Amino acid sequence: MLNTYVVYVENKPGVLTRVASLFRRRAFNIDSLTVGRTEKPEVSRMTITVDADVDQAKRIEANLYKLLNVLLVENITNQPAIVRDLAMIKVAATHEARSHVLELAGVFRARVVDVAPESLTIEITGAEDKIDGLLEVLRPYGVLEMVRTGIVAMRRGKSSTGAPGTNSTDHDVAEEDVSHSV
Amino acid sequence: MKDNTPLTAKSMTAKSMTGASILWECLEREGVKTVFGYPGGAILPAYDALKGSKIHHILVRHEQGATHMADGYARASGQVGVAVATSGPGATNMVTGIATAMLDSSPIVCITGQVGSKLIGSDAFQETDITGVTLPITKHNYLVTHASEVARTVREAFYVARSGRPGPVLIDITKDAQQSTCEFDWEAAKPQLPGYRPDLSPEPKEYEQALDLIHNAKRPVILAGHGIIISGAMAEVREFAERTGIPVALTLLGIGAFPAGHPLNLGMMGMHGEAWVNHTIQEADLLLAFGMRFDDRVTGNLKTYASNAKKIHIEIDPAEINKNVKVDVPLVGDLREVLHELLPKVESIDRSEWLDSIDKLKGDAAVRDIQNLPDSGHLYAAHVINDLWRETRDGDTVVVTDVGQHQMWEAQYYKHEKARSLITSGGLGTMGFALPAAIGAKVARPEADVWVVCGDGGFQMTLCELATIVQEKLKVNIAIINNGFLGMVRQWQEFFYERNYAATPLLNPDFAKLGEAYGIRSMTVTERSQAVPAVRAAKEHDGPVLINFRVEQEDTVYPMVAAGASLHEMIRRPSKIVETAEDE
Repeated sequence: MLNTYVVYVENKPGVLTRVASLFRRRAFNIDSLTVGRTEKPEVSRMTITVDADVDQAKRIEANLYKLLNVLLVENITNQPAIVRDLAMIKVAATHEARSHVLELAGVFRARVVDVAPESLTIEITGAEDKIDGLLEVLRPYGVLEMVRTGIVAMRRGKSSTGAPGTNSTDHDVAEEDVSHSV
Repeated sequence: MKDNTPLTAKSMTAKSMTGASILWECLEREGVKTVFGYPGGAILPAYDALKGSKIHHILVRHEQGATHMADGYARASGQVGVAVATSGPGATNMVTGIATAMLDSSPIVCITGQVGSKLIGSDAFQETDITGVTLPITKHNYLVTHASEVARTVREAFYVARSGRPGPVLIDITKDAQQSTCEFDWEAAKPQLPGYRPDLSPEPKEYEQALDLIHNAKRPVILAGHGIIISGAMAEVREFAERTGIPVALTLLGIGAFPAGHPLNLGMMGMHGEAWVNHTIQEADLLLAFGMRFDDRVTGNLKTYASNAKKIHIEIDPAEINKNVKVDVPLVGDLREVLHELLPKVESIDRSEWLDSIDKLKGDAAVRDIQNLPDSGHLYAAHVINDLWRETRDGDTVVVTDVGQHQMWEAQYYKHEKARSLITSGGLGTMGFALPAAIGAKVARPEADVWVVCGDGGFQMTLCELATIVQEKLKVNIAIINNGFLGMVRQWQEFFYERNYAATPLLNPDFAKLGEAYGIRSMTVTERSQAVPAVRAAKEHDGPVLINFRVEQEDTVYPMVAAGASLHEMIRRPSKIVETAEDE
């Protein structure tokens, strides 16, 4: 089963290597890993998806906590969460195909970000299956190039803890909260 | 020059010091008396500043030796051991020792010099990315590029190495960080480890579940591991076993955690454990794993391992829970603290039926035991170790073994009553460990009688440290169990590779002459009758002694669970020998 973790780490050199090395060392296969800044400059946030059963998932969490630079790990697999991937897809679009491709992009609420005589580049943000869906229908026209960021995820409602501070080891998780998909 | 300002006054006012001086100052404040090291270009500023320090530096002959010495020091004393090396090859030579300490949860701090921070990444002379190399084999590591980071890093390294599940920490310090100066303020350099959680404890509910299993078990066994010794829970484990009447089986690194002579002590389990110990585990209905990690050498085939038993796992490292064996109740925390919670709540239950049935499992083990076989005139390693035990059992003796057949015979025939009386490389199985680790043990506990027990193969991997013993005037006794083979590998070839002894026979030097060349009193023993006199002579001699025991060449460690076999499927000593013994 694909597990999604939100991992807060100290924003220090080499921390990404430590996390990536852990997965390699313990033979857990990373499906996707993204890392970026948070609301606190001293804290970075990773979203990691890994294929693992329940016991493995717990051990991954325990192993992440063994890394001294890891501040907080949340397995949000079974939590209500907003999960987003971003893709840029360069698709062959000659004169005849162009309007079809534009139409499909519109259906998927994707944006055209570059237009060239022989191609269109489409940017799409959404859950992974939505992007997979667009990719599927674009493939017959010829996908020339594609890049995906890998997913970023955030729990819904105010239940997400936000980036923990680096001055304290106290990471109380906030109470569950009700929220609605919008 | 070092000033004589009292420490309290020092912490009031920061003063300007070089990174190198701060390093030694911090080591002193961490309680370090001795370091094991080897100088070189990138660590020279630190060595230059050593003259102002009270710390004694022991010059090793190879950096691997320095790490094993730090490890032996840590295991003998429970204190953090320190090894020092230069960049590049000095640092990479430490890798085996660091991995050894990692797998056996031994607290050591390794300090390496690094090329100047401006040169990092340029493939400069003797530059190696040692923090990259040691990433998976350290508990944590640091690259220090400014003098101002030295104090905090050292404090964090020591705290991390010895707290929680202990382990090796490496500090790589660039040459310019050693040379440059900054304000030194010990108090201000407190560890800042917001992500480090060494102190976990179980939930009340989990304690209740554990107690329920303990009170309902008919055939429980305690599996006693290294965690008992690390946690210092020997008295608690003994009280627990005595109060509950539960017998105790030991892992290799658990030896000494529970007295060998105690009526509830079953002995060592696993690949070369006694047959009845493994049978007891297979027949148990409850395993209480105390600070052990279900290593494959202990479990055999996981599919058939203790399949009728519930399992309680008391373990400080949550990442060990359900790693190899699925457990029913995990109690994650410091073993001593967990037992303090459990002890007032455990009831004493009559287990005589279970203990009697274990006695029956012993079966013909006694007649199969080599100690009870008729004297064939051969010198067997098991005899040598048994004699060594008889001659040294009464004192404060530390035996440091290498890896292989002699290690298993030592575990079987040297009856350890006390914790930290056996030091051995378990997890990594590092040949060459014994001699340097014994040096570390002797430095940590100078009053103890330290014996190296090692094979002729492993001895030759680190024998250069004989010079360290002599230079430091250390009274270390060395028993080489010399069978002219890489014995354990030969044994596997005998059992599993049709006696194809590929690359296992050893053409050895005369070890006694070699010892003499170093100025070490040396002797050779070829007959059993010479063993006890040799051990006594070694004890009486006021200096290091080397004894070359020329033992039976093709001897075998029994019983044996083949790798991957079920724990109860043991290769026993062939019955022919047993029959001969019974005939007599």
